[in-house]
Amino acid sequence: MTWPYKDLIAIADLKREEIATILDMASSFKEISKRDIKKVPTLRGKTVVLLFYEPSTRTRLSFELAAKRLSADTTALSASGSSFTKGETIMDAAYNVMAMAPDCIVIRYPYAGIPRKMAQLLPCSVINAGDGYHEHPTQALLDMFTMKERFGNLEGLKVAIVGDIMHSRVARSNVYGLRKMGAQVVLVAPRTLLPPGVDTWGVDVATELDPVIPDSDVIMMLRVQKERLSRQFFSGEREYSFFYGLNRSRVEKMKPDAVIMHPGPMNRGVEITCDAADSARSMILDQVENGVAIRMTLLYLSLGGSVNVD
Amino acid sequence: MWIKGGLVFDPAGNVQEKADIYIKDGIIAGVYPGGSKNSDETVIDADGLWVLPGLVDMHVHLRDPGFEYKEDISSGSMAAAAGGVTTLACMANTDPVNDNPSVTNYILEKARQTSLVRILPVGAVTKGLKGKELAEMGLMKKAGIVAVSDDGNPIEDASVLRMALEYASTFGLRVISHCQDKSMSASGVMNEGALSSLLGLPGIPPVSEDLMVARDVLVSEYTGIPIHITHVSTQGSIEIIRQAKQRGVKVTCDVTPHHLLLTEEKVRTYDTNAKMYPPLRGEQDRLALIAALKEGLIDCIATDHAPHAKDEKDLDFDIAPFGMIGLQTLLPSIMKIHLDHGIDFMDLLACATVHPARILGIDGGEIREGARADIALVDPQKKWIFTEQEVRSKSKNSAFLGDAFTGRVVQTMVQGKTVYRAD
Repeated sequence: MTWPYKDLIAIADLKREEIATILDMASSFKEISKRDIKKVPTLRGKTVVLLFYEPSTRTRLSFELAAKRLSADTTALSASGSSFTKGETIMDAAYNVMAMAPDCIVIRYPYAGIPRKMAQLLPCSVINAGDGYHEHPTQALLDMFTMKERFGNLEGLKVAIVGDIMHSRVARSNVYGLRKMGAQVVLVAPRTLLPPGVDTWGVDVATELDPVIPDSDVIMMLRVQKERLSRQFFSGEREYSFFYGLNRSRVEKMKPDAVIMHPGPMNRGVEITCDAADSARSMILDQVENGVAIRMTLLYLSLGGSVNVD
Repeated sequence: MWIKGGLVFDPAGNVQEKADIYIKDGIIAGVYPGGSKNSDETVIDADGLWVLPGLVDMHVHLRDPGFEYKEDISSGSMAAAAGGVTTLACMANTDPVNDNPSVTNYILEKARQTSLVRILPVGAVTKGLKGKELAEMGLMKKAGIVAVSDDGNPIEDASVLRMALEYASTFGLRVISHCQDKSMSASGVMNEGALSSLLGLPGIPPVSEDLMVARDVLVSEYTGIPIHITHVSTQGSIEIIRQAKQRGVKVTCDVTPHHLLLTEEKVRTYDTNAKMYPPLRGEQDRLALIAALKEGLIDCIATDHAPHAKDEKDLDFDIAPFGMIGLQTLLPSIMKIHLDHGIDFMDLLACATVHPARILGIDGGEIREGARADIALVDPQKKWIFTEQEVRSKSKNSAFLGDAFTGRVVQTMVQGKTVYRAD
């Protein structure tokens, strides 16, 4: 069986079985990174271009390593080093890149919708590495993979996502994915950081973190984007961390086997303290490790790989 | 010249009858319901056609002077003629802004030289549309403006609005108000709601419009001076206007065809042609507008024709400019509303002819002896698809592209002179 999609733009596009397939396959790709020689010839001769129009450390590195470990050739372009600063539009940039015949473009972009447009207009594969506050599908997949590794199954798992839901593509992608996989999601944030229409998302919503803690199997903290302060979404870091920060006393109230996740980058002392981030419950570095495996899986599938691998 | 055998609509007199029309010297010299004698003069055979007064579009952006790459007076007038629009009011947000009589004179002179239809400028309320100092309304009125508006920008300061109403009324000018509380709609690019959250696009909450409509209505009521609210898009605004009208406030309003026919669903594909201000709203708001239209609460249908070049629209949804063209889809949209929602065609026609003419204090929009011979002949059965090839504007940005319509303008006359004929 071949993978039906040339692109990965949104978790909203995927069926439950397809997500399950990706999570299954990621285990075998993860093994490659544990080898002494971390390279397989699967994508030899394929070219992957990384177009990053927003700052990124983890995602970019993760995609680049994923491609290289599959023997693809990669090249990365960031906004500051590109014609973007000369006023070239993103679609012009995309057509120019396309003229050099890549097999896959990985795109991160500050506004929603562009990866979808590129996928429709370009013949190569397009993988969304985050667009505006629309979706960040590979992040959600690596998060789900991490949860599945830890708990064996996502069905019935209770996942709390805490923080700036309104402006989070990570939250959106996770909500779509986790719901499809049968997990129970609760979103926790002050009213100002909950998106309009969140009541239609099919998840629970809470404005208080404390009552949610003892019930949750996973507590996923989102980064507080300090630039939001200027729009007065909340009063300040002190009050935010008091009500929504994950600190030692909250960690102590978690279920015995519950875990802590964070997509990074963290603001230590704001949404998460060292006691939480560095505790035994923290899966934050597992998420990063699994990111490479998930992205290897997606590159492999999008570039025409068969879904039946061992 | 005769137009014979057509079904004639006169929304001013609410008369619909088969009649022959005689045109002489740019004026309708006679309307003959029972048919007429043969004569030697030219006859246009209108058998099977509807004979309508030319449409009056009170909200158009011609982009001239300053943005001629988007549209100019000539190209805009060609689009108008093709849409059966024989009179249009053009907004002041040009470069330079039409806030002084020199710009007004420029527009009217260029219109005289290059326009196929009657163009009536709208002057700015405030200098530079900045919302601070009043523009030279009196001198512009003498030069030929028919109303004042800072359209594109709301008048944020309530005391400026009050002064504007009082000052404009001094010169017999109506203020046309663009209602938007920018402090609430700051970075928004589409209607706020579940869909904006799904798409990851910043939202414009309906209440940001309602708030300004409420304020404008109250200031109008307090001063006793009429105000016209343009491009109303929300159920909330409709409720406020209904209550105001019931207690006798002299508020009038218009709605665009796109807010009557389209919803935010058009944005789902991130199509920037569906990005406009006010944004396309939800189905509930759209149905509220339709119901208000049925109820007679909405005075006018106006296009907010807003051309933008492909280069500008072909950008990310977040940064592309707001607006779509509308002159050629005004009549087809009215037909669609008539057919889809069972609203009397004559009532809809009045909203795009005699009502805006009265609000602007101009003649036009009627078919009777002595009226301007501004006429649109329409084939009511014609089924067609609106494509880019049809567009006469310089810009092609329409959310109706690809849509099927029934009813099409086949010939347009301005003062008896044919300015458009379908191929």
